[in-house]
Order: sequence, then C-alpha cells, then structure tokens
Amino acid sequence: MQKEMAYSFPDEVLKHVFSFIQSDKDRNAVSLVCKSWYEIERWCRRKVFIGNCYAVSPRMVIRRFPEVRSIELKGKPHFADFNLVPDGWGGYVLQWIAEMAGAYPWLGEIRLKRMVVTDESLELIAKSFKNFKVLVLFSCEGFSTDGLAAIAASCKNLRELDLRESEVDDLSGHWLAQFPETCTSLVSLNISCLGSDEVSFSALERLVDRCPNLRSLQLNRAVTLDKIANILRRAPQLVDFGTGNYAAELQPDVFSNLAGAFSSCKELKSLSGFWDVVPAYLPALYSICPRLTSLNLSYATIQSPDLIKLVSHCPRLQRLLVLDYVEDSGLEELASSCKDLQELRVFPSDPFGVEPNVSLTEQGLVAVSLGCPKLQSVLYFCRRMSNAALVTIAQNCPNLTRFRLCIIEPKTPDYLTLDPLDAGFGAIVEHCKDLRRLSLSGLLTDHVFEYIGTYGKKLEMLSVAFAGDSDLGLHHVLSGCESLRKLEIRDCPFGDKALLANAAKLETMRSLWMSSCAVSFGACKLLGQKMPKLNVEVIDETEPPDSRPESYPVDKLYIYRSVAGPRFDMPPFVWSMDEAVKILH
Amino acid sequence: MVFEKDLNLDATELRLGLPGSSEESLRISNKRALPDMNDDSGVAAAKKCDQETAPPTKAQVVGWPPIRSYRKNSLQTKKTEAETSGMYVKVSMDGAPYLRKIDLKVYKGYPELFKALEDMFKFKVGKYSEREGYNGSEFVPTYEDKDGDWMLAGDVPWEMFINACKRLRIVRGSEARGLGCVV
Repeated sequence: MQKEMAYSFPDEVLKHVFSFIQSDKDRNAVSLVCKSWYEIERWCRRKVFIGNCYAVSPRMVIRRFPEVRSIELKGKPHFADFNLVPDGWGGYVLQWIAEMAGAYPWLGEIRLKRMVVTDESLELIAKSFKNFKVLVLFSCEGFSTDGLAAIAASCKNLRELDLRESEVDDLSGHWLAQFPETCTSLVSLNISCLGSDEVSFSALERLVDRCPNLRSLQLNRAVTLDKIANILRRAPQLVDFGTGNYAAELQPDVFSNLAGAFSSCKELKSLSGFWDVVPAYLPALYSICPRLTSLNLSYATIQSPDLIKLVSHCPRLQRLLVLDYVEDSGLEELASSCKDLQELRVFPSDPFGVEPNVSLTEQGLVAVSLGCPKLQSVLYFCRRMSNAALVTIAQNCPNLTRFRLCIIEPKTPDYLTLDPLDAGFGAIVEHCKDLRRLSLSGLLTDHVFEYIGTYGKKLEMLSVAFAGDSDLGLHHVLSGCESLRKLEIRDCPFGDKALLANAAKLETMRSLWMSSCAVSFGACKLLGQKMPKLNVEVIDETEPPDSRPESYPVDKLYIYRSVAGPRFDMPPFVWSMDEAVKILH
Repeated sequence: MVFEKDLNLDATELRLGLPGSSEESLRISNKRALPDMNDDSGVAAAKKCDQETAPPTKAQVVGWPPIRSYRKNSLQTKKTEAETSGMYVKVSMDGAPYLRKIDLKVYKGYPELFKALEDMFKFKVGKYSEREGYNGSEFVPTYEDKDGDWMLAGDVPWEMFINACKRLRIVRGSEARGLGCVV
C-alpha cells in the first residue's frame, strides 16, 4: 500500500509541484529521491548554474537538462581580477553558445562572469534565440560594440542588458541606435563600463522614452551632468540609477533642474556612478536620500566633510561603497546615522602610496561595528590594524557573513603590540558563526589557520596572501573547513605535504588556486595521477615545468573538480597534469 | 615570491610635482639644512629606517593590493588630471598618522596657506620674525626645496616659494632651530 502511494501521482502533478522548487540545492535533492523523480525533474529544470565552466561540458548539461531556459556560467578564477591569470588562459563561451544554439531554441537568459565573450558569440546569441530576454556580462571581455549592436538589433523582447565591469572594445556609440523602435521591453540597462565619449545620447533618450518598465539604468562616465535631468524626467519610475560623471560648473538653473528631476523619482532607492564629483551638486540628491538603501560612491573623489553631509541624509542606507576619503570621522557619522547598514566597502584612494594619504584607520571600522548592528558584509582597505580592534569588531558583529580585510602593506603586524594578527582573525571566525567568506591580510602565522579550521565551519570561500609559516597552516584549513568551496592562496610557504594529505578534500571543493607557493611539480603530477576527477593545471609563462627538476616549485597552480576531464582549450603556458593529456601535449 | 624590482628609482618613487620636472637626488650644499629630515617618523617607521638616505621606493607586487584594474584605471585618470592642473605637494606633520595633499596654487600667500594648515592639522603657527623664526608655537612649517634641503617656510617671496617647494612638513619647534634660510 505504502509503495503504491509513492507512485500514485501522475507525472504532471509532480512536475507542477517541482515547478515551485527554485533553488538548485533543493532541485538536486529532489533528483536524488528516486529514478522517476530524477527523470521528471530533469525535464522540467529551467535554470542551471555552473560555477566553473570547465567542471562540466555543454553536451553533458544539455543531455541531462533538455529544457533549460536560463543559464549562468563562471569562467576564470577569482584572482584573474588582480591580473594573476595570464591573458589567453581560457573561459571562452563560444562553444557553449554554439551547442546551446542547437539544443535550447527557447533559451531566454544568459549570465556570464569572468568569461571571454567574442563578437562572434554575441552574434550567435542574437540569431539563435528568438525569445532572448536577459544578457548579463559581469566582468567579461573580448567583445566590442559591434557585438552589442547585433544583440540590440535582433533581440526583440530584450529585458536586461547588463555589462557591469566588463571590458568592451568601444568602437562606436551608435550601437544603441540599433534597438528597433518596436523595442519597448527594457527593464534594466547597465552600460557603465563603456569608455567612449560617443555614446549616442539621443538614441539613449529615445530608448528610455519608449521603455516604460525601465527600472534600472546605469550610464557611463561620458554622460555629463546636464544630461541627467533629461533622462530622469523620461524615467521617473527608476529604482536604480547610475550617473555618468557628476561634475559641472555650478549653475543655479542646472542645479534646480537636476534637483527637480531627482525629486520626481519617487521609487529611486539605489544610486551609483559619480565619477568626477563636484560637491556643490550633491545637495541635488537630498530629496531622494531619505529613501536610499544603496549608495555607490566608490569612484567619487569627494572629501570627508561632503561625504558626511550626504550620508547623514540617508538614514535608510543598507549598502555603502566609498573611497577611504570618508576617513574615520565619516565612518563615525555613518555609524550614528545609518542603523540599517548591512554592507560596507571602503576602497583605497592611493593604493600604491607608501604613506597614508587619509586619516582612515581601524577606528572607522570599529565605529561602524559598534553603531550598525545589522552589519553583515565588509570589505575594508586600510593601512593599520590591531588584534584588539578585530576582537571588538567580532564581538559587535556576530552576524557577519562576509569579512574581507586588506591591510595594504603585506605582513603588517598589530600596530600596537607588533604581534601577528592571528588572535584578531581568530576572534572573527569564532564569533561570526555564519561567516561564509573571509579574506586575510597582515602578519599571520599558522595559528590563524588553526582558528579558521576549528571555527570556520560554514566558511565557503577563503583568500590568503603572504601568510603562514608551514604546511600545517594549509592542513588546518583543508582538514577543518567542512563547507569550503573555494580556496585561493598566493605567496605563502605552503608545499606538497598538506596538499597531498588532503587530496580527497579537493574533490569536495569547486577549486583551489595557489600561486608563488612551494608546491613542487612532482606533487602536481602525483595529484593529477591519483585524482582523475580533478583537473590539475600548472601555469607557467616562462618555461615548461618539466624542463626543471621535479622538486622545483610551480609558479601557479589551479585545481578544480570536473566531470568533463581535462579541457581542450589550454594555451601553451598551461599544463594539465592529467596522464592522457601529457602524452598529447 | 613575485616581486618586481625596478632599479629605476625615479620611476618607482612616488613624487609630486609637475610632469617633466626633474627629479633631483639629495645634494650636499652650503645651506644649513635641518638634520635628519629624511628620517620620517610615524606609521611606516619600522619599514623605513633602512632607507634613511634613499628616497622611499615601492617594490610593486603583481596583483597587490587586490584591486580590480577597472578601479585602478579610474583612479589613475583622476590622478593625472589633478596633477597637471595644480601644484600639489604632500604635507605631513610630526605625530600625525596621515599625510595630506594640497594645491599650492589655491593660496594667495603665506597667511592663507598657514591658516589652511592650521585647520587641517589643528595647531597654531605662531608669530614669525626674520631673526628668530617662529616664536611662541610648538609647531613650525618647513618645506623641502628643489635641491632637497629643508627650509623654514616664510622666508622667501611667495611666488619663489611655491615654485621651489616640493613638500611641506610641520615639525616640532625644537627641531627647527638652526634651520637654513636662503643667503
């Protein structure tokens, strides 16, 4: 009787039930219940997220999930953001597009991060998917405005075009004019990364005019302040707006026009852009400040007094990105005005300066930790730190989920005691039980890794630089951090022992990056031999790793789990430690 | 370890001044300069003490600090714009853990400059007399001139001063005794 009940629902009913299950984790769990649930589930999965484009092949994805409408892919390792991954490493999307063009005619959404996207790929997207709605290219490169023109011209129902932080070869601003007059469906447009001075502004205005559902618009730096009012008056329904540059000679009529335009946007909650700010124009924002929940001033070179004035008008602020011009005094004001603050990012205005150019120290962060009980996510660049401050921060903010601290000079000790910062970071992992992401800096010994391995049970991503004394450090992390998915390490004295002893752990993680460490070529080969489900890739731009003794350390190492086997698009400076590939190389 | 050492000191040394101005190293001259002026105190003291005589060089490490090129490029364009249009000099004060940058072109003369410095660093300059230097104040404004010598600020005509001044430093009065002046 029991057994029959399990199969008594017709497939359509199960399908309908499954359609309410959106999270990948839950869907994966559903597919493991039994064979028939696996079958039903795979036919109705509409969204696939692939965190490493080399972990699986397009063919495998298509074979298992034949009816996908939305795909998200990530390519290069995170350290590519800091120029540690040489050009030509990989992350090409073309093969994915080509295979999906045949298999998924109804594909509507493509989201890519850190991938190489060519104009050819964009043109293929434009002509293959009749119902294409969403294109997000986050931190991508390899394409030009020609490719964008193809997308604009062909995608009749495009809802979202988001090019955030991508590198675009800006050949001409006229691609915007390629959006047909019949295109009225845009909801989100982010062109903030475009460099050229010739964004066709009139085309942009007309586009904004005919898209009544436009909620999110990020302009690029070339758009001048005087143009903002025109745009806003055409789109008073905007929720999220990014200005171009925010500088002009102060003229009363321009000011009042701008202030009026902003005040007519009753839904506006999020602002960004603000390149080249003239502080006198900031009060034009005051009417919307009380509603603002997110403010990105991280390109604005405005000084602390002006920042303080602005921030004090924004009591509902949940997210603030800012340069270190905000100084400790600005952060103290933030702490007293913005009790809803959840995320703070402070970037350095003079990262390569030898001496501090602003009065921003650990005190600012301590003040925010004290005043903002909802603080969850921190990215903080500074030049000095103390264990005492870190302990205070940890105790004030036990709900932190992301904590990234960058003390600009590597191996900087506690400035008060000259001790390593082990105890401080130890306090962070101990008190913040939900910490998922952590970046370390400063002088650190193996002890900090012992704390991390002991307490960092929910830690998913760890970034380490210029830290540790021995393999023991790495061993603590690999053996202790149960939830670890991504580990990236540079310039640490970690070698073969910890890696080989914890080889099995690597199959439970998405990826491991190690550069300028002490892992020998021999160990890499061994790992490649013993672990067929791992792709072990050695990156060396100077010479082949086997032209040196096996005991010689490799320059860069990238290890990731994969069911697709070694990849076929490796450039000459990437060597796979897979046995089969070595013969062919 | 990946360090990119650049032996071209001029290229790596972070200096302020109009582009094209020559970077001269310290020279011995018969001006009486303040002793030990290159021995900067403050935050980076420990690191700097083995670089007392050489100007501070920064060995740039690839990918550190971890800032995206996108962001770095945005800062660079701003910097070059600022530096070509103004006469920016660094200002430091003994005991203060930070430096400031100011544009000398913005000020019409010493009174305005000193007022700005007083506001910035919260101190008083005191009365100046040609014979006795600055009286009645704990802190004294000094500057490094094109020859690398440290001089008392206020001696020379304003125009001459802003063209010669490479950086400013506000020192404790006791250290400023015997400071050189142009003969």
